[in-house]
Amino acid sequence: MNANGETIIEVEHLVRRFGDRAVLDGISFNVHRGETLVIMGGSGCGKSTLLRHMIGSMKPTSGSVKLFGEEVTGMTEREIERVRLRFGMLFQSGALLASLTVGENVALPLVQHTDKSPDEIEQIVKQKLEMVGLTGFEDLKPDEISGGMKKRVGLARALALDPELLFSDEPTSGLDPIMTAVVDELTLNLTKGSHMTAVVVSHDMTSAFRIATRMIMLGHGSIVAQGTPDEIRNSSNPEVQQFIHGKADGPIPLNLSQEEHKDHQHVRPRPFFGARFRFHHKHP
Amino acid sequence: MKNYLQLNLSLLYWILIAPFSGQFFKIAPIFRQMVFIGVRAAPMVALTAFSVGVTLAMQAAHSLQSLGAEMYIPDLVMITLLREMGPVLIAVIVIGRSGSAVAAELGTMKVSEEIEALEVMAINPVQYLVVPRFLAMLVMLPALTIFGNYIGILGGWAVCRFALDFNTAGYVMRALESADTWDLYSGMIKSVVFAWIVITIACNAGLNVEGGAEGVGQSTTASVVQALLAMLVTNAVLTGIFFFSA
Ligand SMILES: Nc1ncnc2c1ncn2[C@@H]1O[C@H](COP(=O)(O)OP(=O)(O)OP(=O)(O)O)[C@@H](O)[C@H]1O
Ligand SMILES: [Mg+2]
Repeated sequence: MNANGETIIEVEHLVRRFGDRAVLDGISFNVHRGETLVIMGGSGCGKSTLLRHMIGSMKPTSGSVKLFGEEVTGMTEREIERVRLRFGMLFQSGALLASLTVGENVALPLVQHTDKSPDEIEQIVKQKLEMVGLTGFEDLKPDEISGGMKKRVGLARALALDPELLFSDEPTSGLDPIMTAVVDELTLNLTKGSHMTAVVVSHDMTSAFRIATRMIMLGHGSIVAQGTPDEIRNSSNPEVQQFIHGKADGPIPLNLSQEEHKDHQHVRPRPFFGARFRFHHKHP
Repeated sequence: MKNYLQLNLSLLYWILIAPFSGQFFKIAPIFRQMVFIGVRAAPMVALTAFSVGVTLAMQAAHSLQSLGAEMYIPDLVMITLLREMGPVLIAVIVIGRSGSAVAAELGTMKVSEEIEALEVMAINPVQYLVVPRFLAMLVMLPALTIFGNYIGILGGWAVCRFALDFNTAGYVMRALESADTWDLYSGMIKSVVFAWIVITIACNAGLNVEGGAEGVGQSTTASVVQALLAMLVTNAVLTGIFFFSA
């Protein structure tokens, strides 16, 4: 939307290795206030890992991550807590506390970080749960609700403190099309109305194009393509086209073993003939 | 080891320093843990302590009768229980029951990203999860030890009263006469130290689990073994300090 607004996130030359495998290999991008950045990419390409580095729960091998202008990679726990109060995070698994009820999970940040009375908190919890289409589930435990419901409770919890910045890891996976639309609508409203900034990891192309103001596609450790939804839709990069149209046949490697994965990264960038193990479809 | 020391330091911070800067720990979770760690372990502690009391009295009777010194049976039961068997056995029960449960619970939270989620919500896992368990253990293990001591002495009484020709008043008098307050206090000091060891080892094991459900299992087992060893070695050291150095 406003690419010249205040810069909220600055990621520079981010490198993360697990053993000698570079899952993130020199990633740089910025996110400005009010934007919704959608991060796409194949399963296991490092999207969740990238988010974990942005929220400061993983330390990079090298490179820098700045949130609200402050470098988070070298921060102590105490310093980073201050930054963390300003953003919310929805984990891919929901990461609800199993010992608390749905209501208590959403209330947790409010109980811990505000002086609100129990009545006020109850009110806010109700309102947040309503926003994600869950009313009357406050007293259930996380293991008594479905996967998609857990996701939405996680989202309500991430929004409990009305953060300026929201990270969500696949908020709509496991949701039916109507609920997906509700969650997308919610993201749109929040980024429009209160100038919240959102970073969303998504596999769901319909949803991604609906909410994104900018998109990044990850592949073999780096950014394969980035731009506005229109630029991505019209991208000439075959990997991008294969991904957004969900084709099995194309340049994206499908069947990588760990060894191949390594080789593949050594010869990067090789987007056009990177696939050595490709499914060959016999057309009927 | 580095993790373990860090956990202890940060525990001390949250218990001793943070309350003075306005971050007082919440009471309700401590009580919840006290019920779990302490109250629910009481039946097992009672059964164990009673059997030990009975066994001690029978062994004492066996040895002392041949010397014609049956009157010292209560002394032996009392002192062994207060100084050694009470604190050690009850710590064993609590390690097996509550230590392992804490390690498994925190470990499961670790592998299901709950701990990470807490951190990202700017909630310190040591403050939120470890402090209540630690304080509950520090109160409940000594309390269980006192409770166990009573039951053990009751076990000794049962043998003396029904199998030997003691009368109740004689047993009680003899038992009270033999023990001095230091016997009780030394046992209490031991059980406070054991409480510290058991709960910090369990929490540390849980918070550092890696590798899914299998990792949780391994860490839990490791925490039980480590806690038992650490507790027994510490017991030997403390007994040495308390009763051999004076
Ligand atoms: N703690 C870790 N130790 C070792 N390797 C890891 C670790 N975390 C992630 N990885 C590796 O990093 C890669 C990226 O993982 P990540 O979870 O970020 O993928 P993703 O893009 O989120 O996939 P998905 O869409 O399936 O969620 C994977 O190949 C994984 O094996
Ligand atoms: Mg992921």
